[in-house]
Amino acid sequence: MNPFDDSHAQAVIDNAILSDQETLPRTDLEALQLHRLREVVARIQNVPFYRDAFRQSGVTPDQIKSLDDIRRLPFTTKANLREHYPLGFLAVPRDQVVRYHGSTGTTGRPTFVAYTRNDLNVWTELCSRFLVAGGLRPEHTAQVSFGYGMFTGAFGLHQGLENVGAAVVPASAGNTPRQLLLMQDLQVQVLICTPSYACNLAEVANAGDIDMDRFPLRFAHLGGEPWTEDMRRHIERDLRIFAFNNYGLSEIIGPGVSGECAYRVGMHFQEDHFLIECLDSNSLEPVPEGEPGELVITCLSKEAMPLLRYRTRDIATVTSAPCPCGRTTHRMSRVIGRSDDMLIIKGVNVFPSQVEEALLRVEGTAPHYLIEVDRPHIMDEVIVHVEIRPEDFSSEMRQMQRLRDRIDREIQSVTGIRMEVKLVEPQTLERFGGKAKRVIDRRREKGLI
Amino acid sequence: MKIHQLSVFLENKPGQLVGPCRKLAEAGISITTLSLADTEQFGILRLIVKDWEKAKQVLKDAGFVVNVTEMVAIEVPDRPGGLAEVLDIAEQGGINIEYMYAFTDKLGDKGVLVFRFDDPDKAIHVLGAANFNIIERVDLFNRLGIIS
Repeated sequence: MNPFDDSHAQAVIDNAILSDQETLPRTDLEALQLHRLREVVARIQNVPFYRDAFRQSGVTPDQIKSLDDIRRLPFTTKANLREHYPLGFLAVPRDQVVRYHGSTGTTGRPTFVAYTRNDLNVWTELCSRFLVAGGLRPEHTAQVSFGYGMFTGAFGLHQGLENVGAAVVPASAGNTPRQLLLMQDLQVQVLICTPSYACNLAEVANAGDIDMDRFPLRFAHLGGEPWTEDMRRHIERDLRIFAFNNYGLSEIIGPGVSGECAYRVGMHFQEDHFLIECLDSNSLEPVPEGEPGELVITCLSKEAMPLLRYRTRDIATVTSAPCPCGRTTHRMSRVIGRSDDMLIIKGVNVFPSQVEEALLRVEGTAPHYLIEVDRPHIMDEVIVHVEIRPEDFSSEMRQMQRLRDRIDREIQSVTGIRMEVKLVEPQTLERFGGKAKRVIDRRREKGLI
Repeated sequence: MKIHQLSVFLENKPGQLVGPCRKLAEAGISITTLSLADTEQFGILRLIVKDWEKAKQVLKDAGFVVNVTEMVAIEVPDRPGGLAEVLDIAEQGGINIEYMYAFTDKLGDKGVLVFRFDDPDKAIHVLGAANFNIIERVDLFNRLGIIS
């Protein structure tokens, strides 16, 4: 499936472009990128991690002559940030920092990011750009249903909304009935939250006695976690809105790295501030255009904590094809998966999220599933265990086999490989602390990979 | 006119049938008749019990996927060709049979078969018009001597 082949690929709203920087001729854009790259490389020489890395590689800042020279620069990983906890990557004196944000540290020690006044201004500008691209206008009222706190999502979007001139309702996360009440009483047209929270809102809204014909919401800007086209269709249908996708990560700046325009054919990178590479996670060589690869991002303008070649672990495809909106920037697909989750089966890259997407297509919402990969002889074999749910169960064998065949076909169509589908009883697949385990790779247990 | 059948999803592996049967036994529910459809991978246990609502709750509470299907019970003469007569009428009436099975107990010289038709209401109409005895739920359990 081509992620840019979106059935919604039509202007659903007026095409609007906030900044001239979004439509720079490529040559001008690339000249700006090179100028900024050279500046940032010079600036980060006071960060011990980078100073050491440059010293070891023998590369000096004045050797950066073209954008291709990015490939001579060191990578930065999440582990590097943790090793230099809390502020080892700070490139300015602390008195220039005006804001800290951070990750929650669910997978280890938290990491912090810092912003100067100028960083906050840039961040505000970048969030404003994708909000305007996705329909936001000064007369709108927008509700931020991200949790305010160390997480970058709420603050970044809040700043962007205010900058555009919209009225902000800083509802923060939680208490869904109250959220719905606020939307109705304040006539909120724009929703800002995660895709999964939008699903939750849609469910509660439709279960209650809300007259959806008079519900004021018109747009949503969703981000902060990966989601699928099927989720978008559900959210749009149930809330009667247009939903736009945006992408970012706190290490780079927060939301604002890329976002969709009115045509919704991928997310436009804000290339005047970030240099994007799409690399094979193993070889670290560029993948051919349109092939899935790991996004590796270099901050071009950041002052407080600029990172070089940050390995996001997010897998997506990138296209340079022109967009009807007129922006000249390259675009990324949805995040297909995390490089940590990627499986190589019969030589094909497969992500658990693709299996989930196939299940969503068949059953509306994804049931619990477990992907079991093994190599009993020479060839890889995959069994997808799918927990049967009451609404999918029939006393007729024919129906059940039809269900299994449909799952089988969708998995093959999404992933390109054949997997055996096994229907299992509910609550039989392992769950860890509420989170489902998605993959068992017997090949790893056997030491085959 | 219709009889409620419970269907339970089972994985096809040793010992899977014991679970639902034991749960019903613990709740004091007797299985009047059952059939098992299976593939290499999974099976569907189909059950007829008198107190199907209670049985359904018991199985659901035990974590099984259960659904309810409307069946039609028909008296069939226990002699060669008895079943063929029912099938002929059904075929002529354009009614499809998804599956069927028999009650273990006979009622006098008649057997009782339970059918899953694609259109149960039409089946009742067509077979009733051909003078087959469609057995009412209460009547069925009374005649089988089952009292709750």
